[in-house]
Amino acid sequence: MRHDAQSPRIRDPEQLREIARQMRVSIVRMIHHARSGHPGGSLSCTDILTCLYFAEMQHYPFQPYWPARDRFVLSKGHAAPALYAVLKHSGYITQRDLDRLRQLGSILQGHPDSRRCPGVEASTGSLGQGLSVAHGMALAIRTLPRRPRVYVVLGDGEVQEGQVWEAAMSAAHYGTDNLCAFVDSNGLQIDGEVGRIMGVEPLVDKFQAFGWNAMEIDGHSIEAILGALDRARAFSGKPTAIVARTIKGKGVPLFENQVKWHGKCPNDDELALALRALGEP
Amino acid sequence: MTRILSTREEFGRTLVRLGEMSRDVVVLDADLSSSTCTRMFADRFADRFFNMGISEQDMICTAAGMSLAGKIAFACSFAVFVTGRCWEQIRQSVALPGCNVNIVGTHGGITVGQDGASHQALEDIAVMRAIPSMTVIVPADAVETRKAVEAAAWYDGPVYLRLTREKLPIIYPDEKRFRIGVGTLVRDGSDVTLCGIGLMLHQALEAAALLQTEGISARVLDLATVKPLDEDLVWRCATETGCVVTAEEHSIIGGLGDAVGEVLLRRHPVPMERIGVRDAFGRSGSPQDLLEYFELTPAAIAEAARRAIRRKAS
Repeated sequence: MRHDAQSPRIRDPEQLREIARQMRVSIVRMIHHARSGHPGGSLSCTDILTCLYFAEMQHYPFQPYWPARDRFVLSKGHAAPALYAVLKHSGYITQRDLDRLRQLGSILQGHPDSRRCPGVEASTGSLGQGLSVAHGMALAIRTLPRRPRVYVVLGDGEVQEGQVWEAAMSAAHYGTDNLCAFVDSNGLQIDGEVGRIMGVEPLVDKFQAFGWNAMEIDGHSIEAILGALDRARAFSGKPTAIVARTIKGKGVPLFENQVKWHGKCPNDDELALALRALGEP
Repeated sequence: MTRILSTREEFGRTLVRLGEMSRDVVVLDADLSSSTCTRMFADRFADRFFNMGISEQDMICTAAGMSLAGKIAFACSFAVFVTGRCWEQIRQSVALPGCNVNIVGTHGGITVGQDGASHQALEDIAVMRAIPSMTVIVPADAVETRKAVEAAAWYDGPVYLRLTREKLPIIYPDEKRFRIGVGTLVRDGSDVTLCGIGLMLHQALEAAALLQTEGISARVLDLATVKPLDEDLVWRCATETGCVVTAEEHSIIGGLGDAVGEVLLRRHPVPMERIGVRDAFGRSGSPQDLLEYFELTPAAIAEAARRAIRRKAS
């Protein structure tokens, strides 16, 4: 691979689905290997991250600090395995790095650490802060000639944090249209169903009321995600919120829609089941 | 005749100069731009000033994002809000990734006065010191403020700068050198070392003058950089004078007194006294009445010095 190679811009949904499948395999394997981590929320945002890194964003994995790159902030930092998988598959880090996830001295911390790992744009893990950070980046780089874009993924439980709505207000106030936020709406948080713990709906109406261009999509449909990103890019004057309806643990029936798989590590048998479900021999 | 100048206004003027020097300097405020004096920057560089409204948490993280995209960010509000309301945001989004965000808290300490306890930051130095990699600076006059703001801007990493509402007498010449982590010997003496920051450095200087009338020779240090503290200077002065008094417009828990005490405990234990607010909230009153009520006066510092000297002898 050439060292100035840009990450491929793939528009073929079939290819993207295959990449997402491989990412899910990496996620399950790395959490099993690390003996801890958060599979549920990592698997629910895998398709979104795949589309961002392989179809949407302009970035150079071998020049991770190119000033005019598009940026991605994982505000729901506990989905770090999904971020690490996409960084590995796009060439920022290697399988050896994934094998050292959560170990002493690893560049892959339990939650993303921008100082340790190339390609990680912001340190997250404490919920509710990533939208503000992404907005700050978007404001700082919107005057660059190619007008880079900033993408951020929030959890639906995460939007219970009041700061998310402070940021929603300020991004609309500044008309920051190079900012695009996904809400990975899988309906579950650690203590149970989001609607039972602290209702957040109607999310699209809320973002619209805050002055955003907001839409709702199926967060596991590659076509829907690509379409939403096209619409976000074409929209000017307002930031865009994409409420992506997803399934926690998507791709592994054993994990799907199960609260207990928020932060649980699969044992050897469960790993085998998961890999088989993901089409691995 | 001593000139008296507002450190806040000097801060505002310095921001404008920095803005002229570098297009990367950006300033954020949380609806207090006329009080923090960032209004001066806003008037001059409207496209690089961001009023975030009354939302300190969002302001701090937005500043962090700007810093991650290469900007030199100043995030400003009253000391109590800009350190307390968003402490965990500072920890997670500013300090952990090592962002070049300069957090400026004006209206620090008890001399905020009439507004009372809700607005009097007496714990800000303690909570900022506790964050790994955070630099904490409390300048004592307008000259030191200007130098400290410039140093903070070019320093690559998070800085907390604490300013006061009240104007302070100028004690330094324009050519004063300021370096982060280096203290200043303001007055020499041999019987006791008085360490001060901000307004309390001036009180310490007055205390030294009082003590001189009794034949006590007091040395006075400006430890404007509370973190990283000038440990060698503290150690040397403790060794040479044999006892130490600290004075700060802050709780005695976790502030300058504890920072100096940690050094002495480890390197050269000598009798030490701390002047500060004794684990209490502030209250309304005129700044002068409050300084007397909380015993943050030259007389109180002088009395503490006499106690320390007596303990040294026994």
